[in-house]
Amino acid sequence: MFKKQAMAGLGVIAVGALALVGCGSGGSGSSGADADGNITLTIATFNEFGYDALLEEYMEQNPGIKVVEKKAATSNEARDNMNTRLAAGSGLADVEAIEMDWLPELMQYSDQFVDLSSDSVTGRWPEFKTAPATTADGKLIGYGTDAGPEAVCYRADLFKQAGLPTDREEVAELLDGDWDNYFKVGKQFVDATGIPWYDSATGTYQGMLNQIENPFENDDDTVIPLESNNTIRSTYDTILDQSEDGLSAGLSQWSEDWVNAFQNDGFATMLCPPWMLGVVEGNAAGVEGWDVAPVFPGGGGNWGGSYLTVPTQGEHQEEAKALADWLTAPEQQITAFQTKGNFPSQTAALDDPALLEYSNEFFNNAPIGQIYSDMSKKIAVSPYKGTNFFAITTVVTDALTRVDVDGTDDADSSWDKALSEFRQLGIE
Amino acid sequence: MTPAATPLKASREPAPNPPTRTQRRGSMSRRDKLGRLDFVVSPYLYIAPFFVVFAITGLYPLLYTAWVSFHKWHLIGGDQGFTGVDNYVNVLQQPNFWIALRNTFSIFLLSSVPQIILAILIAYVLHTNLRAKTFWRMGVLLPYVVAPVAVSIIFSKLFADQSGMVNAILGQVGIGPIGWHASAFWSHIAIANMVNFRWTGYNALIILAAMQAIPRELYEAATVDGAGRMRQFWSVTIPQLRSTIMFVVINSTIGGLQIFDEPRMFDTMGNGGADNQWLTLTMYLYQLGWGPQKSFGRASAVAWILFLIILLFASLSFLLTRRIASSGTDPARSGRRRRPRRAQHRTAARRAGNSRVQEGALS
Repeated sequence: MFKKQAMAGLGVIAVGALALVGCGSGGSGSSGADADGNITLTIATFNEFGYDALLEEYMEQNPGIKVVEKKAATSNEARDNMNTRLAAGSGLADVEAIEMDWLPELMQYSDQFVDLSSDSVTGRWPEFKTAPATTADGKLIGYGTDAGPEAVCYRADLFKQAGLPTDREEVAELLDGDWDNYFKVGKQFVDATGIPWYDSATGTYQGMLNQIENPFENDDDTVIPLESNNTIRSTYDTILDQSEDGLSAGLSQWSEDWVNAFQNDGFATMLCPPWMLGVVEGNAAGVEGWDVAPVFPGGGGNWGGSYLTVPTQGEHQEEAKALADWLTAPEQQITAFQTKGNFPSQTAALDDPALLEYSNEFFNNAPIGQIYSDMSKKIAVSPYKGTNFFAITTVVTDALTRVDVDGTDDADSSWDKALSEFRQLGIE
Repeated sequence: MTPAATPLKASREPAPNPPTRTQRRGSMSRRDKLGRLDFVVSPYLYIAPFFVVFAITGLYPLLYTAWVSFHKWHLIGGDQGFTGVDNYVNVLQQPNFWIALRNTFSIFLLSSVPQIILAILIAYVLHTNLRAKTFWRMGVLLPYVVAPVAVSIIFSKLFADQSGMVNAILGQVGIGPIGWHASAFWSHIAIANMVNFRWTGYNALIILAAMQAIPRELYEAATVDGAGRMRQFWSVTIPQLRSTIMFVVINSTIGGLQIFDEPRMFDTMGNGGADNQWLTLTMYLYQLGWGPQKSFGRASAVAWILFLIILLFASLSFLLTRRIASSGTDPARSGRRRRPRRAQHRTAARRAGNSRVQEGALS
């Protein structure tokens, strides 16, 4: 009996091992033409891209092409799926949606993706959107869909309590300037109310990081050793000094405590890309006073956004490219914005009346279309995120979390741990 | 060794006397031979499907993983050459590996030990004359039906550091807020709670099935001998449950050392905490393979190390529980009554098997 149990145990582990080997079987990635010459294209997306009606429209305009959308619930699921099938060499959809954060890693395998550059898309996006998806030799592997220009969300009622201006234009003026100014006002607010200024150290750090040209790697993809990375070290120290001063609520973004803090005056401001608005609205349901100020410390910044790619695995790369081209054109992205609120990354879309007229009731009727359109134009820096960006950035945010949230370390000892973690990555 | 095996052995093996053997061989008809073949081969054919399926879905990936672990192997890039034991050496030199090992064992012990003790107690209570028996028995199995991910979400709400219910309740009785996510030890307690919530009832039912199979005469005899309830529990119930407890312990050793869902869902990042407070070995494996390093070679090396650790600890648990369970009986007494006890044990096991089927239908 027990031998058999042991064998079963062996089986259990082996099944795990099977998953580990990562046989990318199944999936209907390959699509052929049927007897009538009709082509079926698949497009894989995650969360909500707002493409339902658009795909119907495309099929009407292009007889003979059928488009099937495969939606993954979360971007992590889509990412695992993509990596596995990329490794297996088959099973990917004709058009694959990817997140900006995956680009640094995927760029290493740019030969697995079709070069999408063409005359019809030249100048469609601002530089901050195209640069991360362009290889050193000028190949464009992704068409930008939405973008994440950042602004500042704030609680007007708490501002009033602290004797600060509450009107969004005045707040914009108050916070206009560099990060030191943002922290200085924060200190003033904390002294007056005892309420933290912003939600988390890592969220704020993220905003600062996205304004650094070469956060962790040089343009030739060589890694800047963390030990001698003074830019990051000083950003790290700056942000943790604020935690010491009580500016940070000490919450880990997306955690249970963070979600609940929206309901009990946990903090007064947070850095807000457009996709964050829905999150704030959901978490702060019933709380009055949220507003968006058209300002961002240290200039503009971009956080997040997605792309459409065409893997070379597909049988109908030309048709897939045409579909991706059409979907990411300004008109279509305006429709997606109206459907699901994904803020368009296309330059032309930023001046579209449909976008500029859009306001949000929850945020005190803030004209968010106009605000984010303005903020989008302020983005000056497109940080170089190379092969190891994701790995190193995790090491540093973990270090911040240890001090700001967990309190298991002080700034120095946590940095030492980060250096040890960095060495363990084995990328020096 | 067992009495039942003796007649079988006699019929299979030739008689010791040479003339008789030739005699028998000569007199064997074709039908006899077929019958004999059937007798020898059939049992293996019956169990063959398991081994065939196991070879395909179990053994092959297992060996393939070993093969991968000796190579530099990238998630997307694939095989990049043989490296010998480099992956193993590399992994063993990483502080995170040892942290993960510590966490895994800590969570395993904090979950399995209380879980099994609790399961025995619950089974004991369920075994008494309760009203609406089926209701209670189904009740303890309910948590098992809840998906682990759902359990994790519920518990991560309960164990939130600032706004969680557990800390709120502890605050009422004057205990300061506990950093369930900040402190390694407390995070292990929280995760162990999730595991216990899910598995205690399941184990209780298995033990209950075995308890129901214990012959009543044993208790009657014990009562006649003047044994109280406690004494009966320790000297009759526990020793009779020996094989079932061993099964449960080994099962939870295998499961406990592979714990993944609960710690991964314990916070939203899924990386085992900023300070690796609750990074377990399987999470570490996942991080190596699918995280920033994307190194299947190192992940496979961890998979094999974990496999060997589990083999070691499953055998250790086996030996340990066998000792603990057998020391429950008075040695002099068990020596004297050895044979009858064993016979009873067999019928008990058979009945336990039957009632397990019934419990299965019940769930």
